[in-house]
Amino acid sequence: MPNITFNDSTGKSQTIDAEIGSTVMETAIRNNIPGIDAECGGACACATCHVYVDDAWIAKLPKPEQMEEDMLDFAYDVRPGSRLSCQIKVTADLDGLVVSTPEKQG
Amino acid sequence: MSEVIKTDAVIVGAGPVGLFAVFELGLLDIKCHLIDILGKPGGQCAELYPEKPIYDIPGFPMVTGQGLVDNLMQQIEPFGPQFHFNEMVESVEPIGTPEAPLFRITTDAGQVFEAKVLIIAAGGGSFQPKKPPIAGIDDYEGKSIHYAVRKMEAMRGKRILIVGGGDSALDWTLNLQPVAERIILVHRRDDFRAAPHSVNGMRDLVAAGKMDLMIGQVMGLKGADGVLTHAVVRGADNVTHDVAADVMMPFFGLTMKLGPIAQWGIHLNENLIPVGTETFETNVPGIFAVGDINTYPGKLKLILSGFHEVALAAQKAHRYVYPDKKLTFQYTTSSTNLQKKLGVA
Repeated sequence: MPNITFNDSTGKSQTIDAEIGSTVMETAIRNNIPGIDAECGGACACATCHVYVDDAWIAKLPKPEQMEEDMLDFAYDVRPGSRLSCQIKVTADLDGLVVSTPEKQG
Repeated sequence: MSEVIKTDAVIVGAGPVGLFAVFELGLLDIKCHLIDILGKPGGQCAELYPEKPIYDIPGFPMVTGQGLVDNLMQQIEPFGPQFHFNEMVESVEPIGTPEAPLFRITTDAGQVFEAKVLIIAAGGGSFQPKKPPIAGIDDYEGKSIHYAVRKMEAMRGKRILIVGGGDSALDWTLNLQPVAERIILVHRRDDFRAAPHSVNGMRDLVAAGKMDLMIGQVMGLKGADGVLTHAVVRGADNVTHDVAADVMMPFFGLTMKLGPIAQWGIHLNENLIPVGTETFETNVPGIFAVGDINTYPGKLKLILSGFHEVALAAQKAHRYVYPDKKLTFQYTTSSTNLQKKLGVA
């Protein structure tokens, strides 16, 4: 199974086995990763599963769709690697993915 | 203030479960008024995911959020439910007895209801404007930071910073531009979700030098005693600027907050309302909680659970509304009596 590393804003890091086909948000929630609220449950309707994808990985992920870009407008402190983790599907290619959770969700 | 509305049941929340409560109560001759803070029926289904498919409504292999709401509206139409949109229930005061409950229910618009039963179908709570997580924002709210404007005149001559790229942000930009000293619209990218004609209107004003558009994000606020002087805006170039402004209006969408329910005298457990699974009544006789807002052992937050819950709650509600009438269980397929109520017999 692909590994995903979650860094939180205090510098703590956890690496987790993710299931192929699930989303990065689901992986985080299942493993009680702090800093991801996912209020809407993965409908791309709330921007509370905002993460920063590590610079090395930004280009390797499929580009965000229009809906995700629109929803990112509601997130706080959006940066170049900002994504909504409910919209990132786990594939074998994502083994080693590193994301950081923001200080707060909007 | 308008007259007191006397009714059998008041339902708080017009989401799918609140709507179906009208059906189950209606079959038992219980008349309903529904109150919802949104301007339309459907709750989260209509507000968060109208176009998204739902796959676990029994009998519908697939239905969209809006499709389900439209069907429910059609299904409850024979019972003539009365809707009160854009209103939030502020207070609930028991004025009856545990045996014969009666509640005085007041909304933030000042409308007063008297109802024998209260059904709370409030889902995740009321939709309210999302507060951007900017340090110290609380100090400015109500004085310099507004999520809506009630009186345009109050904005005359002010430097107004509007944040966001959707219809609310653009509508307020265009509406306030003639009265404001200056409008500064801040959005994180040069791409807007708002209706194209509003975006064009905004771009024309910018081109004519009548307002400013900044691409960036508000990272902080400067001022004292709730009076804003500057917003700290980080531009697309990663450089931060202090932008002079008297008023800031952030439009970051809606979020769900429990709201005044906590003050209604009902027991709460982590923002959920504990109920029994026989009647879905709360600790207050006559007040029921159904759908996502309730909790009990084994609770699943599914629309179908809410549908089941309202059917059972209605049975107990009948005892309060018609204490002297015996309730006989009937099927809509075979009961002429029920079919008459549905307008099909």
